[in-house]
Amino acid sequence: MALKTRVYQKERTIKFGKLLIESLSDMFKSRFLARQLAERDIKAMYRQSYLGIIWAFVTPLATAAVWVFLNNSGTVRLSDTGIPYPVYAFSGTLIWSIIVASINSPMQSTQAAKGILTKINFPKEALLLSGVYKLLFDSSIKILLLILFVFIYGVGFHWSLFLFPIAIIGAILFGTTLGLFLTPIGLLYKDIGKIITFGMQFLMYVTPVVYAIPKTGIMKTIMEWNPITPIILTARDLVVGFSPIYVVDFLIVLMICIPLLFLGLIIYRISIPIIVERLSA
Amino acid sequence: MSENNHISINKEVLVKVEGLSKKFCKDLKTSLWYGVKDLVSGVFGSSEERELRPKEFWAVKDINFELRRGECLGLIGHNGAGKSTLLKILNGLINPDAGKVTIKGRVGALIELGAGFNPILSGRENIYNNGAILGFTRKEIDAKLNEIIEFAELEEFIDMPIQHYSSGMKVRLGFAVAAQMEPDVLIIDEVLAVGDLGFILKCFKTIDTILPHTAVIFVSHSMPMVSRICSQIILMEQGCSQFNGDDVGKAIDLYYKRFTNNESNIVFDDGSLILDKVDIINVKNDNSLIQVNWGDDLCIDLLFTNNTLTELPAFSLTIFDKEQRPVALLTPNTLESEIQFNENNIQFRVIHKKLQLSKGVYSINVSVNNMKSKEPYLRINSILDFQIINDLETWPPFLLEANYSKK
Repeated sequence: MALKTRVYQKERTIKFGKLLIESLSDMFKSRFLARQLAERDIKAMYRQSYLGIIWAFVTPLATAAVWVFLNNSGTVRLSDTGIPYPVYAFSGTLIWSIIVASINSPMQSTQAAKGILTKINFPKEALLLSGVYKLLFDSSIKILLLILFVFIYGVGFHWSLFLFPIAIIGAILFGTTLGLFLTPIGLLYKDIGKIITFGMQFLMYVTPVVYAIPKTGIMKTIMEWNPITPIILTARDLVVGFSPIYVVDFLIVLMICIPLLFLGLIIYRISIPIIVERLSA
Repeated sequence: MSENNHISINKEVLVKVEGLSKKFCKDLKTSLWYGVKDLVSGVFGSSEERELRPKEFWAVKDINFELRRGECLGLIGHNGAGKSTLLKILNGLINPDAGKVTIKGRVGALIELGAGFNPILSGRENIYNNGAILGFTRKEIDAKLNEIIEFAELEEFIDMPIQHYSSGMKVRLGFAVAAQMEPDVLIIDEVLAVGDLGFILKCFKTIDTILPHTAVIFVSHSMPMVSRICSQIILMEQGCSQFNGDDVGKAIDLYYKRFTNNESNIVFDDGSLILDKVDIINVKNDNSLIQVNWGDDLCIDLLFTNNTLTELPAFSLTIFDKEQRPVALLTPNTLESEIQFNENNIQFRVIHKKLQLSKGVYSINVSVNNMKSKEPYLRINSILDFQIINDLETWPPFLLEANYSKK
């Protein structure tokens, strides 16, 4: 039996193609580990909590409630959205929360595994995959809640609902790609995490999360250039049964995301030993 | 033919380390900034030699060795000598700054036991978590589950959340999972220190069975352990290799020499008498460490100043090894012993004929007590260090002369 040979030395030349193949094959091989880690975290979280899953959607629900109140009380005057406002607001905040969670996921998963990263050699891609598994779990519960909302407010059933999960996977893909690029530097400096939390609050207001794109003005331009806009709008249109007008932009964003995701994976693979060295406990 | 084949497989080099170096940074902020720079140069690739940047130092410098199947390399050295860094490079956790490591086969690391354990979950669930991280598949764990539980001796508590386990129980569970690995190269850091005696013995039994068909790299501060299992030694100091070879005994002596302190310390003193002078006579004195040949007589001269004593006390000399374990007591004197005793001083020579302590460094403690009431007057630790010289490397504390003949 031929033994697998590993060579560790200072990298002299970087072969992107080879690294990508290694990265993807490690990710494929570590499915069990990733699932085990995701299962562990999910079980542990819910076993030590009574409210459990409620925490996954309490923030988007609260944000939506605030905006519903602001709108109904006439404090702010929002343009008509074409669907009951609570459905509009809640679908927006919910999809938004999924995107935010996806951006944070690669960094959080890696950070949480700091202890074993510095001691044991295992495929690090498993951490990313376990993050995605956890996102899918959380998101599926959020989606069920959203669908419940849609029916309560009488928007009714549309066949396009079946395409909604695809839009959500798009949202997760976008968020994970962005998060992956921030991960190496974010693991070195805590500032990055803070900047993400801080920045996402502002970003929400230039994305049609709780109000529609205005007809004119600077806000219209910003929102239309915002890559998150087509994701939110397409996802929402699919839920409520509108024809998604931003579907082309949505697909363009995804098409750009896929090569970037691969690039992110390569950078992640290169950067982990460098980061482990600086984290070493 | 097949046997020849087998031998050649046994002799293949599994670990080859050439000119391995690694630098670290002393300052956190600078270290993080260098990290960013390394990230950039890592992604774009750079071929330039790595020189020390400001505030950096070599944590590991120019280490070379080869390890074959069935051999065990002991890495020794004081804390911060670079042993763990070297292990991290060998384990592929961090990349070297210079040099090359080539490892063949499956690598197992006993660096941290129970990685991936979650305190809330039960022992059974955590076996899967830990196993997955160590690279087992679900099927493999399913198949080995009972064996693991049995090995850990935790049948009764396996469905309890492990946050209620004692630290020893966690280590047992972790080791039980790790013991299922069938590595070609095994890296052991000091992880087996916890756990009760029975379990430690079990661990070593397991390691003993793994040893013959594995290349082992073993980091330890316990020299008896090192001399028991290692076939070659690297003694590290400040990242450099001070000794590299298969003379395990010499390496251990060198290691001990770095800890030789000639400072005695007084543990108890009621002022009745003062130790003035202590000497081993008829020996050579190399680098301030007294050397005695195995089988020679041990002659110690002691001189005390007598302050208040009116009758002869009992002197007992205890010999300790370098691990601070008492290994022998010289029989105390009696009232009839020929000891020069007067109101000013006490003087005598203790002789032990044909000293048969095994090779190594020892120290002597003295305690002076009242002959009848055993009331202590004086106790001093390590009044004297000495080294026993012998060719034979043994790890029990005594090498007793024996004759072999026909019945």
